[in-house]
Amino acid sequence: MSQDTHAEDKERIGVYVCHCGSNISATVDVEDVAVWSKDALGEDGVVVSRDYKFMCSSLGQELIERDIQEQGLTRVVVAACSPHLHEQTFRGACNRAGLNGYLCEMVSIREQVSWVHTDKVAATAKAKAMVAGGVERVIKNEPLEPLHVPIHEHTLVVGGGIAGIQAALEIADSGNKVYLVEREASIGGHMAQFDKTFPTLDCAACILTPKMVTAGNHPNIELLTWSEVERVDGYVGNFTVTIKQKPRYVDTDLCTGCGICWEKCPKKVVDEVFEAGLGYRTAVYTPFAQAVPKYPVIDPDTCTYFLRGKCRACEKLCPTDAIDFSQTVTYKTVTVGNIILATGFDTFDARRIPQYGYGRLANVFTSVEFERMCNAAGPTNGDIVMRDGVSKPESVAIVHCVGSRDRNYNNHCSVICCMSSLKFAHLVKERTGARVYNFYIDMRTAYKDYDEFYQRLLEEGNLFIRGRVAEITDAARLPGEEGKLIVQAEDTLVGKQRRVPVDMVVLAVGLEPRHDAAEVAHKFGISCSSNGWFIEKHPKLDPVATMTEGIYVAGAAQGPKDIPSSVAQGSAAAARVLSRINKGEIELEPVRATVDAQKCSGCRICNDLCPFGAIIFHEDLMVTEINHALCQGCGTCVAACPAGAISGSGFSNEQVMSQIEGLLAFSLPNNLIELVPA
Amino acid sequence: MSEKFEPIIIGFTCNWCSYRAADLAGTARVKYPPNIRLIRLMCSGRVDPTFILKALSEGADAVLITGCHPGECHYIEQNYKTMRRVKLLQRTLAQMGIEPERVKLVWASAAQGVMLAQEITKMVEEVRALGPLNWPGRMREATIIGEHPAVEEVVA
Repeated sequence: MSQDTHAEDKERIGVYVCHCGSNISATVDVEDVAVWSKDALGEDGVVVSRDYKFMCSSLGQELIERDIQEQGLTRVVVAACSPHLHEQTFRGACNRAGLNGYLCEMVSIREQVSWVHTDKVAATAKAKAMVAGGVERVIKNEPLEPLHVPIHEHTLVVGGGIAGIQAALEIADSGNKVYLVEREASIGGHMAQFDKTFPTLDCAACILTPKMVTAGNHPNIELLTWSEVERVDGYVGNFTVTIKQKPRYVDTDLCTGCGICWEKCPKKVVDEVFEAGLGYRTAVYTPFAQAVPKYPVIDPDTCTYFLRGKCRACEKLCPTDAIDFSQTVTYKTVTVGNIILATGFDTFDARRIPQYGYGRLANVFTSVEFERMCNAAGPTNGDIVMRDGVSKPESVAIVHCVGSRDRNYNNHCSVICCMSSLKFAHLVKERTGARVYNFYIDMRTAYKDYDEFYQRLLEEGNLFIRGRVAEITDAARLPGEEGKLIVQAEDTLVGKQRRVPVDMVVLAVGLEPRHDAAEVAHKFGISCSSNGWFIEKHPKLDPVATMTEGIYVAGAAQGPKDIPSSVAQGSAAAARVLSRINKGEIELEPVRATVDAQKCSGCRICNDLCPFGAIIFHEDLMVTEINHALCQGCGTCVAACPAGAISGSGFSNEQVMSQIEGLLAFSLPNNLIELVPA
Repeated sequence: MSEKFEPIIIGFTCNWCSYRAADLAGTARVKYPPNIRLIRLMCSGRVDPTFILKALSEGADAVLITGCHPGECHYIEQNYKTMRRVKLLQRTLAQMGIEPERVKLVWASAAQGVMLAQEITKMVEEVRALGPLNWPGRMREATIIGEHPAVEEVVA
């Protein structure tokens, strides 16, 4: 059990057991673990083992560094907290002492032992087994070097809503090029549809359109509207992105945005997108007057020329001959180092709750329709009127949490609806003087100046009823209900049913992930949570990065959020990208799979396993090769290779097998009970 | 079977979800029995079925494989491959006379520390009920029997 100083080929291992103040030592006998390590694992090469109050402190690190230099350690095992916390710390200590950091292994005896177990004897035994596993594994570790990847200085921002615009502007202002891709004909996103913004009630267009114009004119921003990302190849620092540009049928080099085409277009259609079905547009159109870019698009699904082969009025009347019916889909390929996804949200389809009557009862509106109705540039010029377009409501019910906080539809809180409902209540009161009833479950008015706004609404005399609405109906039962919409709800504060007759109902529809969010996530190699939002790297400490290096998220694509939070995330994502661009390269964990061409039998079993396209098969040589630039290091191919020809650095078969042996080597005596029948 | 049998379970965790769930269980001080020993891999897709057999043959009574929920894999879809492999291995083990319940697959996101702790607790109880696997002991036994001249005669 003593050290074997003569064996030249044996590793010299140091084991360091941390007390973490009393976090570990309260449940694990750390002194015992340290003494035991040297005694029991001496034959494996453990020559030093120590326990220390705080291994991660500078003194603790110096202890390791000194031992590496004075005792000639070739491997280090630190039994302390989770490697996610301090792996880099101890690798750094090893590197400083001249030992490759990847020859250091951490064993998590805090998160996996002392904090989760109570029996000190059992916890100490488990800690010993885990140290043994770490020692056996570290012997098989190999010195590795982090991968250095250069960062291309161009950035792709997907989604031209407020979050995407903000991110694009921040990056462009620093002098770096941005491609801003937007699916619709104009940037602006949902915010462009709004009239006022809570809680300040400043006009959305007044604060958004200047940013849109700046983004449109910015020398470092290339706007790609009416476009979608078709394909993403490559990896952090060097993505190749193919962007599909739908035909506008308008030559943007010639178009001046004068507006003659859409004034003269004879085909009027209901605008289901921007006006939410409340207003009309022509077949050649810009979504709204302040659209950026100013060039219109021709909608081939409604244009008379595309449907019947005749008309071309716009072409005849265009003063600059900019109309070009011969345009087709084009593809543009760009190279970028980083990508920000700011693809936003969809709103809940209120028709999914039939008892609320949307689509059946004329005067039930959604919040999106109501936003357009309030907007001075909208279909009613800002007049709050019923579906007939003239009569003003004398009473309005606003229903909160439609499709949110509801197990039948979405469990999540959509965050913005309480505040936007309050905004609606204020606008109704201000513009019509109608009685306003808010049906809410809970009022959620967190964040700066929001609750003050709620107080103000209470003082304005708006009525608040706590209870989820059961039904909205036009079937009158009581006097005074004829010709009205009756909102039925349980008032949970007084514990009784209420039937409130009103003229108009506004359904505050919740936010949902984009209908194609899963498809987009797959395209960019990121993940969606079970309810469909893009998953960030860490919900608190890394909210805009994703698990895929070089891909960031901003705005409501990551989860419901209001304008200030979306803007903050846009800036945050831009800051992350800029730090990457500024540094010029990044270091990546060298966890990669490699094929030994000598052992590869060319069976191609691994070929279909890689979602990153890193596995290439050489037909001429009949062997498989792995592209290290594309490999992400998951190890699925390593596990699949029947010939054992693929090895995974950092997590090799030898490392894992040895760790299993170590973990189980000392558990058998206590575990085995007389099994052989007498 | 005089004293209470305490099983040993080897757990394979994914660096991105279940290992973080284990971290979270620790940070939240959620308690579970000390019968499990975790191994960190980058992905549940790295779990070579031979790792599972190795653990069982080295004395583990059961093996827990944990990964990201379907559709949430850090490497897009590798956990589906794990699912296939584990199912196949369970069938093979059953044919070898080993209870397939000794190999279990559990999905745990990085946020599900409590759930992971509950799953571990449940599995420890289940394996305790199954009793020891004692693969190494049986191997030794088989070797002894194998050396027996009578058996050799039969085999020959």
